[in-house]
Amino acid sequence: MARRMPELGRVFVQAESELGAINMALGAAATGARVMVSSSSPGISLMAEAMSYMAGSGTPMVLVNVMRAGPGLGGIGPSQSDYFQATKGHGHGDYRVPVLAPASIGEAMDLMATAFELAERYRTPVMVVLDGILGQAMEPVELRFRNPERHAFDWALTGAAGRPARIIKSIDLVPEVLEKRNLNLQRKYAEISRQEVLWATESMEDADYVLVAYGTAARVARSAIEKARARGIKAGLFRPITLWPFPSRELARISRHAHAILTVELSSGQMVEDVRLAVEGRCPVGFHGRMGGLVPTPDEVVGALKALHGKVERTRERDREQQQKRHDGRSEAQSGLHRAVVDGPPERTHRTEAGVNASGRDGGER
Amino acid sequence: MTLNRSPELATRPGAPRLIYRKPDVLADRSTHYCPGCGHGIVHRLLAEVMTELDLPAHTIAVAPVGCAVFAYDYLNVDFVEAPHGRAPAVATGIRRVRPEAFVLTYQGDGDLAAIGTAEIVHAAARGERITAIFVNNGIYGMTGGQMAPTTLLGQKTTSSPSGRDAALMGYPIRITEMLAQLPGVTYAARGSIADAPLIGKLKAMIKRACLVQIEGGGFALVEALSNCPVGWGMTPQESLEHLKGPVVEAYPLGVIVDRGVAVAASGAGTAAGGPSAAVPVVAAEPEA
Repeated sequence: MARRMPELGRVFVQAESELGAINMALGAAATGARVMVSSSSPGISLMAEAMSYMAGSGTPMVLVNVMRAGPGLGGIGPSQSDYFQATKGHGHGDYRVPVLAPASIGEAMDLMATAFELAERYRTPVMVVLDGILGQAMEPVELRFRNPERHAFDWALTGAAGRPARIIKSIDLVPEVLEKRNLNLQRKYAEISRQEVLWATESMEDADYVLVAYGTAARVARSAIEKARARGIKAGLFRPITLWPFPSRELARISRHAHAILTVELSSGQMVEDVRLAVEGRCPVGFHGRMGGLVPTPDEVVGALKALHGKVERTRERDREQQQKRHDGRSEAQSGLHRAVVDGPPERTHRTEAGVNASGRDGGER
Repeated sequence: MTLNRSPELATRPGAPRLIYRKPDVLADRSTHYCPGCGHGIVHRLLAEVMTELDLPAHTIAVAPVGCAVFAYDYLNVDFVEAPHGRAPAVATGIRRVRPEAFVLTYQGDGDLAAIGTAEIVHAAARGERITAIFVNNGIYGMTGGQMAPTTLLGQKTTSSPSGRDAALMGYPIRITEMLAQLPGVTYAARGSIADAPLIGKLKAMIKRACLVQIEGGGFALVEALSNCPVGWGMTPQESLEHLKGPVVEAYPLGVIVDRGVAVAASGAGTAAGGPSAAVPVVAAEPEA
């Protein structure tokens, strides 16, 4: 960046601190410039303050968090333990930011353009979260650059020449006015939740078990699915790409037909809370994760899946027996078990219908 | 109140002899500041200087947190709100992507000399081409009159009810002198709003700090010693006397450093290495 940006006639600044960096971004973005800031977990904590200000004042910016293991100074190994921070808020106040989680370097390149599009379309900070593995990995990529269209913003600070002065601010000391500002923000978040959900599925056509994972954990899950299938457990992958908005509706649909869901994370289990909220008890939800900078191995995940499989089979067996007992006393036979395969082609990336319309792009292109 | 003697404002063809006109950039409304507060004077001086230098149409200003958080209600220029203390970093971002803009920050002493110490030091060290206005009234006025880093020894505040005790609470910071040590700082001066002659001198300092930026200099800072009658527990008149007495003893007035624009860095405010080590750092010698 330090070498390349000036070559392109762009600006690179090494800030004195994360506070300095994020506030430089705030200032530059307020003038309509396209700005990105990157850091790793402890640095993101320092940036939380300005994230709140930018969300409140509608300042677009892209913030990349290459997550490392915490809490505190923690370690420098890969982690996904900032899921709560990214999706449930960083700073104070009622706000959300879209969070994009690529699972490969190629996808990261692709999603950077998406991140700027979302930031500018909705006037919001956007986070892109990776982990220490993706942050340092090398892998082949198919170069597909997309240059988001530049817009002249009617809010940007450019000097009040021939127009009234513009103010970018989040403060409003009149409660009624501040509530209105908040309601507008919530409307924006509802719109984003309707239109901008991204997720991918793999091997889901005949899957009984669904692994839910994002980023590096999804790569591990993919390997685990192959191994599990070799042992006769039909597993598929559901990979959220937007962590907020979380693909709850889509996961809920899948949970109606799944025997069980296993969430895999590089954390103590953070996204799994959103998975459970989406599933609403329709099927068992298990979790497997590692912390401290460790990454679960595919074999570990298969082990967790087998354990979950065993538990589900035992429960199903018990249910069958109970049902049989009830059934014996009745004339009508009705299976209480509902099984179906999940729709959708393999390795397919999805986006909400409205999102396709709004962006004018085909969600299947990536 | 001083009269504005600027010729372009003072003479209008066909008009009765006009001796003062409110600059258009100053909004037509009364301020929320307490009676006797110095912020209004500093706002007006800024408005006059900006008008005289034809700056309002390409100014991007950064508002602080503190009593002057609503500065944009009184100055009709583009404004962005900064989190508490971060105005110099916000201004850096603006400067780097808008080389043509006039970039102005306005901060109080709690904002600049406490929570935002790192941001002001590093913006100055980088020699950012920014004009920083620093209003020092030695107290956190907005939040209830607590002790600030600039509070005088012995001064009673709500958080130093027996007076500031150096053994417990440390010493007042002369942050403008500290910043003046940095080669990236082209101009640093301290003025006061205490009376009409001082206000005239303060205006000259503000004008110089604006010209430094226009002419391609590095970081320019003007500290305006101001009052807080409510926070100090004084009448406005008493507070001005206090300002001319103990306050100015602790914070001597004058130009602390003026390295001249010619040696300052050009470009987007990137004073790599600053205006060269050959320029001696001028010690904080007060002018009067």
